[in-house]
Amino acid sequence: MLRFLLTRVSVIIPTFVAVTFLSFLLIHLVPGDPIETRSGEHGITPERLAELRHLYGFDQPLWRQFLHYEHQVATGDLGTSIVTQDSVWHAFLQLFPATVELSVCAILFAVLVGIPLGVMAAVRRGTAFDYGLMGLSVTGASMPIFWWGLMAILLFSVTLGWTPVSGRISDAMFVEPVTGFMLIDCWYSTDSGACTSTVEHLILPMIVLGTVPLAVVARMTRSAMLEVLNEDYIRTARAKGLSAPRVVVIHALRNALIPVVTVIGLQVGSLLSGAILTETIFAWPGVGHWLVESVQRRDYPVVQGGVLLIATLVMLVNLTVDLTYGLLNPRIRR
Amino acid sequence: MSETAVPVRSRSRIILFWRSFAENRGAALGLSVMALLIMVAMLADAIAPHSPIEQYRDHFLTPPMWQHGGDPAFPLGTDDVGRDLLARLIYGARLSLLIGIAVVTLSLSCGIVLGLTAAFAGGIIDIAIMRLMDIVLVFPSLLLAIVIVAILGPGLFNAMIAVAIVTLPSYTRLTRASALSELARDYVTATRCAGASTLHLMFNTVLPNCLAPLIVQATLGFATAILDAAALGFLGLGAQPPTPEWGTMLAGAMQFYQRAWWVLAFPGLAILLTVLAFNLFGDGLRDALDPKLKR
Repeated sequence: MLRFLLTRVSVIIPTFVAVTFLSFLLIHLVPGDPIETRSGEHGITPERLAELRHLYGFDQPLWRQFLHYEHQVATGDLGTSIVTQDSVWHAFLQLFPATVELSVCAILFAVLVGIPLGVMAAVRRGTAFDYGLMGLSVTGASMPIFWWGLMAILLFSVTLGWTPVSGRISDAMFVEPVTGFMLIDCWYSTDSGACTSTVEHLILPMIVLGTVPLAVVARMTRSAMLEVLNEDYIRTARAKGLSAPRVVVIHALRNALIPVVTVIGLQVGSLLSGAILTETIFAWPGVGHWLVESVQRRDYPVVQGGVLLIATLVMLVNLTVDLTYGLLNPRIRR
Repeated sequence: MSETAVPVRSRSRIILFWRSFAENRGAALGLSVMALLIMVAMLADAIAPHSPIEQYRDHFLTPPMWQHGGDPAFPLGTDDVGRDLLARLIYGARLSLLIGIAVVTLSLSCGIVLGLTAAFAGGIIDIAIMRLMDIVLVFPSLLLAIVIVAILGPGLFNAMIAVAIVTLPSYTRLTRASALSELARDYVTATRCAGASTLHLMFNTVLPNCLAPLIVQATLGFATAILDAAALGFLGLGAQPPTPEWGTMLAGAMQFYQRAWWVLAFPGLAILLTVLAFNLFGDGLRDALDPKLKR
């Protein structure tokens, strides 16, 4: 087990260095100097330009800038935003809980709705319910979520007025940020109005971001259940006279969940891609929205730091999933 | 000896494949929608009622013809500068199919070359190629595409390159895995002993036997390419206005959709239907080509 752990962890380190190199290089290939971009239409004197370039290190050769960057990353300094002067790490920490909150809720929605639906479809295989659900599932998996989000706003917020259009909480409310997770913070502050507002703001983006995972989970649950329901031990359980729900939920679902959990683990990357679009549509103050804005503003350090942090995060999640499998299934520990 | 046997066998295989494919109603539906889309795209000049970029100054945000205030000259209404929505959707179909073809061709051909090289060369080259693909996979696909477009500059062509790079690892991995399992077979050894060059072995002997999963992946990749290019267009990083690309049309609709639902609804519906058709077709192909996956 220790060897398995060490090999998996040791692969991460060169990948991490390569990722820092790529994120550094990619951003330096962008045409347009950030200082010149910021100076705007009025322009600045060449002396001031040279001075500012020197201040931010843009006059150094590329390899020195990279070594400097690598050193900074190693010491935990991801640079400061050229636009807001805020530290990248600080800004990320402030915005990241919003993205996590949204993504976790979306995945929970997908799992809590998708697994029961998949099980029902498998049990009623070949019925109109099964066909209808599978049709909806392939539609959901094909959904352009940027359109789906706008349509949802148009229907539920604008026409029906059920939910707010954008943001995390009503402008009139304020919740003292303790953890950064709005749901926990407002529960902690025991302000019921703020709680309601938070839930109202969360519900639509959660459904929009959860749509694709929901479709994938429902489909996977159905096919895994169909496979398991054909096994001999299920017949035995039925023959023993156990009730149908007990056979389905206790005997079949437990084994069918293994591939489903794998699929959920694989959704992390696509969930973050979806979060970029969902946050842009709902003006959700998370890292996806922040990164798109930074790319548009050519804020080098923010894009570098943000992309690096997200890639690192995906790597760590993948590693955790990998190690968990090794823990659960001794056969892959080689 | 095999001159008569081979064609008969391959024909019966095609018939078997077609039967199993046609059984799948979803796949048949997907194929029909695809055929319709291709027709629309090819005949765009003949069937579009207007030019996709002509602005009718006295028809801003005209609703669809069945709604109050609609005009039969503009069946699906007009956008904020008076362009006919139906014409833009029709020309958009042409653009979307071109995006799909370009992205899949680029990504698939690079993926095949990289995957075969990794499988045949082995050792350090194999490790280098596959590590590189792992690194690409570490970035969420849309984020990487955004960064690539930011470097190359916004535009349809650069968006297609970005999407092709993002989808490259799946083709590379698939080619390498199938090639490795084929390499262990006797017929490859026999061909090699007969004196075939490595290139011949790669592209003429092994590749044809790896094609089935690649075709499925390419069909599904078509859907991904259209979806991702539209997402980039929506973020303002893909095709630029006035190009009638569906995602770009949605970005333009952002300011008006609360009072003109049609400028939002139709382009998105077009994206959804196209992506859905390719996904259904791809699923059907997979089931027909791989009997193991059948229920």
